Amino acid sequence: MNSIKKHDLATLGACAVLFAIVQTLLFVDFIGPFWELNIILILINVILSVSLNLINGYTGQFSIGHAGFLAVGAYTGAIITVKLGLPFELALVVGTLCSALLGFLIGLPTLRLNGDYLAIATLGLGEIIRICILNIEYVGGASGLMGIPRFTTFAWAFWITVFIIFVIKNFKNSAPGRCCLAIRENEIAAETMGIDTTKYKVMAFTIGAGFAGTAGVLFAHYFYIAHPASFTFMRSFDILTMVVLGGLGSMTGAITGAVLLTAISAVLAEYPEWRMVIYSLTLIILMINRPQGLFGSKELSLKMFRLGGSDNGRATESK
Amino acid sequence: MKAWKKAVGLTCTAALMTAMLTGCGGTKKDAAKSDEVVIGAHFELTGGVANYGKSTLNGVQLAIDQVNAKGGVLGKKIKLVQGDNKSEPAEAGNIATKLITQDKAVVLIGPATSGCVSASIPIATANKVPLMAPVATAPSITVEKDGKVKPFIFRACFIDPFQGQVMAVFAEKTLKVKNVAILFDSSSEYSKGLTDVFTKTLEDNGGKVVAKEAFLAKDVDFKSTLTKIKASNPEAIYVPAYYEEVSKIIKQAREVGLSCPILGSDGWGSPKLAAIAGNEALNNTYFCSAYSSQDKEPTVQNFIKDYKAKYKTDPDNFSIHGYDAAMVVVEAIKRAGSTDGVKIAQELSKMKDFPVATGKFTVDANHNPVSGAVIIELKDGVQTFKEKITL
Repeated sequence: MNSIKKHDLATLGACAVLFAIVQTLLFVDFIGPFWELNIILILINVILSVSLNLINGYTGQFSIGHAGFLAVGAYTGAIITVKLGLPFELALVVGTLCSALLGFLIGLPTLRLNGDYLAIATLGLGEIIRICILNIEYVGGASGLMGIPRFTTFAWAFWITVFIIFVIKNFKNSAPGRCCLAIRENEIAAETMGIDTTKYKVMAFTIGAGFAGTAGVLFAHYFYIAHPASFTFMRSFDILTMVVLGGLGSMTGAITGAVLLTAISAVLAEYPEWRMVIYSLTLIILMINRPQGLFGSKELSLKMFRLGGSDNGRATESK
Repeated sequence: MKAWKKAVGLTCTAALMTAMLTGCGGTKKDAAKSDEVVIGAHFELTGGVANYGKSTLNGVQLAIDQVNAKGGVLGKKIKLVQGDNKSEPAEAGNIATKLITQDKAVVLIGPATSGCVSASIPIATANKVPLMAPVATAPSITVEKDGKVKPFIFRACFIDPFQGQVMAVFAEKTLKVKNVAILFDSSSEYSKGLTDVFTKTLEDNGGKVVAKEAFLAKDVDFKSTLTKIKASNPEAIYVPAYYEEVSKIIKQAREVGLSCPILGSDGWGSPKLAAIAGNEALNNTYFCSAYSSQDKEPTVQNFIKDYKAKYKTDPDNFSIHGYDAAMVVVEAIKRAGSTDGVKIAQELSKMKDFPVATGKFTVDANHNPVSGAVIIELKDGVQTFKEKITL
């Protein structure tokens, strides 16, 4: 027990150091506005992929409606700050809660489905949310909600990301988290062992949806605008790609996937003609060589770098 | 084998991390070489509306090439740096930031669609860099909600209300119709805005909207809606939308037996319209446009000749606006005598009767160009000049 706490504290310390370094670089203007923007975009994508990994990777449900929850967070957050003039902190909380509530309401009926059916239901949900927003004049309809102040700073984005990663990591190691893993491995067996599968599936789905909402609030308050075109199903696929690329069921994998894909997209901004070609080729090559994703279901840790591969006996390569 | 696979993964990760870090370092390198004036071309080059972005960019590129061939501006060559916003507003903010802060663009031309322009405005304004939107038609782009003009934002095309008015006037004066049905795209601000203005102008002049039906972008089957419209016996149908849906609507309208005139907006202006709808179905349809390729004005004809020589295709509305936008921007830089954003913006707002391809370019108090519009009739799939309307 104590060693786990120590480990967490050490990680927190490492995060603080990383934060200090990047913040200093930003302060002395070594990292220009373009890369500052992309670092924040990376952090937002990390939140999205880590929260989707909780649903798709740990609980084994196939959800592809994450952009919908992102949209709900973005718009509720923007309503709180722009329309009601309340503080950003409140927007973060309300955005998260609204998204989580929606996730809960949608999760209850749909999580009784499994496999392909859930995928279709969540895909539909994402589109329903987008079409609803398109037709609500109060939030700007098709022209989007403009004039959102830029409240998201690197510090906000960074510490919220760290917090969310910490919560999801601990959730995975808790009793409900173990139940989720059991459901992923074999739902029938889990049910036989007395696990209320729907309850835990809904729990994971709600948490994942809520954190996607948090990402939405950060997103809208960085890009000045919440626009329906930012929340299409392509966005859901982007997030899914990050998770699958990193390895379904691996937290560090999800983080790496998000960092990699966002960074590739930013680096290739110089070459608009080649961007999508290179981006797609990268995905194809990685998927051919590592169909289980970069990390499979393993976690990246210092142990991995030890010679001899002491972790050979642990998780199997292909799930 | 396992170790090898792990190595591949780690190498890829490491390689990309390095790529990213070198990118970070890159911000320092360019303080804009002194022998070049950098203009950012910020367009939708991939994604949903890539067609508009590319056409407009072609026009911009042609203009910049011509200026450079004549020695550039301020004694320097112009360097056009392209950026692709994937047709997505948040990405538009990202690219605007890149072009302004990384590439040190002194002016931005683009994006094409109003949504992407809106997302770029805060960034352009914060950095005091003028933004010229060649084809974004939403009125809210250049003017704040409280009526204040945005100092750094300009556009090179007529705005939505204008087009709607022109079409309503055309319907009543030329076609002499009173009962019009409207079919619009409820997912597009452009379409909704046009519908409102058209309805108002028509009703003010004694006409009547007999049916108002909506569809969503990407819909493919409109037959049930069209049958409903047919039941209301319209004398004309107004479809203010983009060519992708419009072409299918026209085809299906003729199939369900609606032979009345069909009116539209500048979103129709693409050769693909005839390719999808078929020449026959397009007879008796009209749309509003900033220019017609059959306009005999030498400026228009010269533009078309140059464009064809460079790209081997016909220019569309987007290309000519892109061309005009770039020409006006270059002129403003020349008049300002510097690459200072504030001065360029001042010169842009004072622009009057500057000769461009579509005619004379004058910027009004709201940073919109003052212009007339032409009505184009489609005859056997060919765009023919019908008349010029000035309100």
